[in-house]
Amino acid sequence: MSSRRSRSRQSSSSRITDEQINDLVSKLQALLPEAGIRSNERVSAASVLQDTCNYIRSLHQEANDLSERLSELLATTDASSAQAAIIRSLLM
Amino acid sequence: MNRKNSNKSRNPNKPTLAFYFLRALACINKKTSMASYNQRSGTIKRAAYASMALAAGPKRAWSRAVLCRVLWWGSSRLHGFPTRRRPRAFFHRRVRVADPKLREPSKADVLRRLVPGAKAMDLSRLLEETAHYIQYLRAQVLLMQNVVGSVSD
Repeated sequence: MSSRRSRSRQSSSSRITDEQINDLVSKLQALLPEAGIRSNERVSAASVLQDTCNYIRSLHQEANDLSERLSELLATTDASSAQAAIIRSLLM
Repeated sequence: MNRKNSNKSRNPNKPTLAFYFLRALACINKKTSMASYNQRSGTIKRAAYASMALAAGPKRAWSRAVLCRVLWWGSSRLHGFPTRRRPRAFFHRRVRVADPKLREPSKADVLRRLVPGAKAMDLSRLLEETAHYIQYLRAQVLLMQNVVGSVSD
């Protein structure tokens, strides 16, 4: 009797958590770059996690590359004109 | 009501991101004694992550973890401590070829390694942090592309 009760409690709490997790996974899928293409398909959570990992790695790599390029550019260009150009482009 | 608040706090504030990053760049520019190209690109990278974490605020585990790492890095260099004591994995990522026959970590564990500060989180919190982290990381990368584009013109 008590085991049944505890089992039903466990299953009800895990059901709520599963829904939450599915909701979070779908939100994560919406953030990925291929969200527009795959929005109609029901993709598995594992593939969403895999795509997320790949996306984060690519973003880190791009940040590294951009840092290197910025370092090169800042060394060669005049500081004040660079700052003026940046601020102009951000304001417009 | 709660959902609206969480949505508002999720979207990265682009002017704030730009402010922190440009301020850091201006400081880096002034210190022309940094002759080594590698040093300066590493400094710019750390400045990018630090400004991203500052814009995100201290309420997120990943932003706190990133700021801790940047501050630790900065203080250990200032005091002349050797910077090799702690694992440098975050700022010096190197691709390691893993043995495919070893036990493969689950996808969630791989994600826990990629998102800073997420090592001990349960799955639901991990997914939330990841979503927030991706939004800010993407905004930071876009900002840096803008900056590079405008400086190189």
